Amino acid sequence: MSIDISQFHDVFFEESFEGLDAMEGGLLDLDVGAADVEAINTIFRAAHSIKGGAGTFGFMSVSEFTHVMETMLDEMRNGQREVTGESTNLLLESVDVLREMLTAVQQKTETDDERIAEVRTKLEAMMSGEDNVAEDVTETTSEVAVDDEEDGSASQGWFITFRPHQHLLQTGNDPVRMLRELDSLGDLSVEVLDDKLPPFSDLEPEDSYLAWNLTLKGDIPKEDVVEIFEWVDDDCDLEIVELMSEESDSGSTEEAEKQEAIEPEVVEVDASITSEPEVAISTPEAAPAAAPKAAAKAKAAPAPAASSIRVGTDKVDSLINLVGELVITQSMLSQIGDNFTPEMLPQLIDGLAQLERNSREMQEGIMRIRMLPISFAFNRFPRLVHDMTDKMGKKVELKLTGEQTELDKTVMEKIGDPLVHLVRNSLDHGLETPEVRLAAGKSETGLLQLKAFHQGGNIVIEIHDDGAGLNEEKILGKAVEKGLVDAEEILSPEKIHDLIFLPGFSTADVVTDVSGRGVGMDVVRKNINSLGGTVEVVSKRGEGSVFTIRLPLTLAIMDGQTIRVADESYIIPLISIIETLEVKTSEIKRVSGKGELYPLRDEYVPVIRMYDVFNLTPKTTDLEEGLLVIVEGEGQKVGLFIDDLLGQQQVVIKSLETNYRKVVGVSGATILGDGTVALILDVPGLMALYREPSLALVVNNDQAA
Amino acid sequence: MTEIQQANDALESITSVDDGAEQYLSFLLADEEYGVEILRVQEIKGWDQVTHIPNSPHFLCGVLNLRGTIVPIVDLRLRFDMPAREYTPTTVVVVLKVEGVTERTVGIVVDGVSDAHNVKPEEIKPTPDFGGSVSTEFIKGLVSLDENMMMILNVDRLLSVEALG
Repeated sequence: MSIDISQFHDVFFEESFEGLDAMEGGLLDLDVGAADVEAINTIFRAAHSIKGGAGTFGFMSVSEFTHVMETMLDEMRNGQREVTGESTNLLLESVDVLREMLTAVQQKTETDDERIAEVRTKLEAMMSGEDNVAEDVTETTSEVAVDDEEDGSASQGWFITFRPHQHLLQTGNDPVRMLRELDSLGDLSVEVLDDKLPPFSDLEPEDSYLAWNLTLKGDIPKEDVVEIFEWVDDDCDLEIVELMSEESDSGSTEEAEKQEAIEPEVVEVDASITSEPEVAISTPEAAPAAAPKAAAKAKAAPAPAASSIRVGTDKVDSLINLVGELVITQSMLSQIGDNFTPEMLPQLIDGLAQLERNSREMQEGIMRIRMLPISFAFNRFPRLVHDMTDKMGKKVELKLTGEQTELDKTVMEKIGDPLVHLVRNSLDHGLETPEVRLAAGKSETGLLQLKAFHQGGNIVIEIHDDGAGLNEEKILGKAVEKGLVDAEEILSPEKIHDLIFLPGFSTADVVTDVSGRGVGMDVVRKNINSLGGTVEVVSKRGEGSVFTIRLPLTLAIMDGQTIRVADESYIIPLISIIETLEVKTSEIKRVSGKGELYPLRDEYVPVIRMYDVFNLTPKTTDLEEGLLVIVEGEGQKVGLFIDDLLGQQQVVIKSLETNYRKVVGVSGATILGDGTVALILDVPGLMALYREPSLALVVNNDQAA
Repeated sequence: MTEIQQANDALESITSVDDGAEQYLSFLLADEEYGVEILRVQEIKGWDQVTHIPNSPHFLCGVLNLRGTIVPIVDLRLRFDMPAREYTPTTVVVVLKVEGVTERTVGIVVDGVSDAHNVKPEEIKPTPDFGGSVSTEFIKGLVSLDENMMMILNVDRLLSVEALG
């Protein structure tokens, strides 16, 4: 009756990483010197859960390491240790190590043992080093060094009577594990009390009947013993009595023998009446057994773990309600359908309207499941700013707003790196050192703001800094030097700012550890564009810069504008449309007789004739008979010449590549209400096709060859 | 449409094949008979309005919505440079499973479905070499039926991603 415990690993890792995030957040919020006990408690609880989980799953290195951290946190919690900047930093470092260890265990890769040992030694050193001055000397040293010292100092110990209530096993607690943990504290001898054991015929397999007299020898703080029983406090009768020292001396060897004899028996008896111990017993075997198999797989390709989502029950409940309504509507409609008479038409129309409402609500409800608050992406920044400002000797205040703004999970996962890059950039290049700031008449502490909010169907993330702003001359100089623009060209400040998004651009005077390592803003723009979003910068010399990222709420569904070109219908993502206009042929300017430009306020936008790039037989070539849709892609505007606008609707994006292949100028397909397929236009792709018509031909040539 | 119904029923009824023979679905194309392994046939359906793909080869009619997935449709007449034929509601589309890097679903437009044949591997004769005059790279082999000849298509090569352009 063994349970494959590895099925719970994913949950454990997920919860542990959440716990680590909580610890990190808590540590960063700790005020040096006057720490809030509740805050420390939160950190402690997170550490404790990780330790417990790791122990259960047999990740001993993790649980041992966490134990050391926990000890330190416990002292802080009890007021035995001051919260200093030093200790907080060390704990933060430990959180990092722990995260690496967990990642390594999760992906079955090697851990950096040296670093782990180093941080652990630091932790232990900090504890023992300060213990001399701290009041409670015995407690702390013994905790760390328990394994080594137990033989020598068997001067005292504890006698424990542990009598679990019948329902203990049902609460998920396992006496065997507790006994094992006690054993790890010191020299444990166990006597089992089976006086409550009923006749076999009356035995309830899920109840616990056994009790134990435990003698634990060694220099062990009471807290440690109590801690083991912490979770079963209310589910057992527990008595912990201190042992006299002479007693322990005489019985030591004898007891040890006795313990050996008894313990297997305990396990055996236990196993026969419950299923729980088997879980515990099989753990050490199950874990290594699973490990090599998975390790072999991991070597081939370190595949990312299957991602999962935690969903609030309220969201699921509302979905269930919606499904219920949908079923009712469906049965109503089929009833109408069964014996339909023309008089029932209004009823049918009502029913269909209800069906439409139901399915829209369903769709929204399901999309909400994928939505997570953006705080998941923002959470890492307090730490990042903390570490980086330390390193760079700057003073920066980080302000986060709109953390509850919800965003699709896929988008969230992909926006993380670009955001980090932008924040690093602001910290490194934007915000100045305190001296420079004071000299410029600003306050010593720089302000970095991350804002997230909804605007239309988009989510907008802004990164404000009140730093030096972009240096236009320097950017322009660099761009000319790199041959990105001509020296004679006259560019507006906005255009100059936009240059930083060009590939291979970095103005950092010195390549620092933090940024300016060649991974430029072009990658940021590319990543954001690949999500269907845009990024732009507004900057003012001496006053700071604002980077604005606009993202679609979700990748699976979007708002589309249906258009007609010749006999075909296409869909343009609404997000990329700026405006639609009727044009007069006289307004069109021609460049070298071919390229057409339309003057849109103060700029010229190239006109792309859709029938041309898609090689369709045009209904009309007269610009005055069609419409010009101004769209934006990759920060550039173009006008698409189309025959007509049809309607707006939400479309579900389907891949063309599943059964066919990528088509230049088309990002995907969708299914319209009448069941036919419509292609979704890809604005950057269209621009590429316009500039390089051979892109379409390459495909055909390939085929011919 | 009843013809299609019957063809689909015939597909359903195929369960086992005796004496090592494999079953092939044959269809007509300008009076020539072609065959595909029947296990590759996902379904047979009637002609439906397709959506044209810009800048695609002329033999690719477009894409079709097949219960939520987008399936490309190839006109086999055009693919083999035969004279085109009007699409009518009785035009037949054979939806095939194509194996490559990934398994894909592709539909082919044919004149009509003819029959299912049991063919033993030894009955398949190699394609003769016509030199450059006739392209035979998509023909796996020939099978003699009573008075006719069936050309067995290499579906994976004919409808590979590269071949669809």
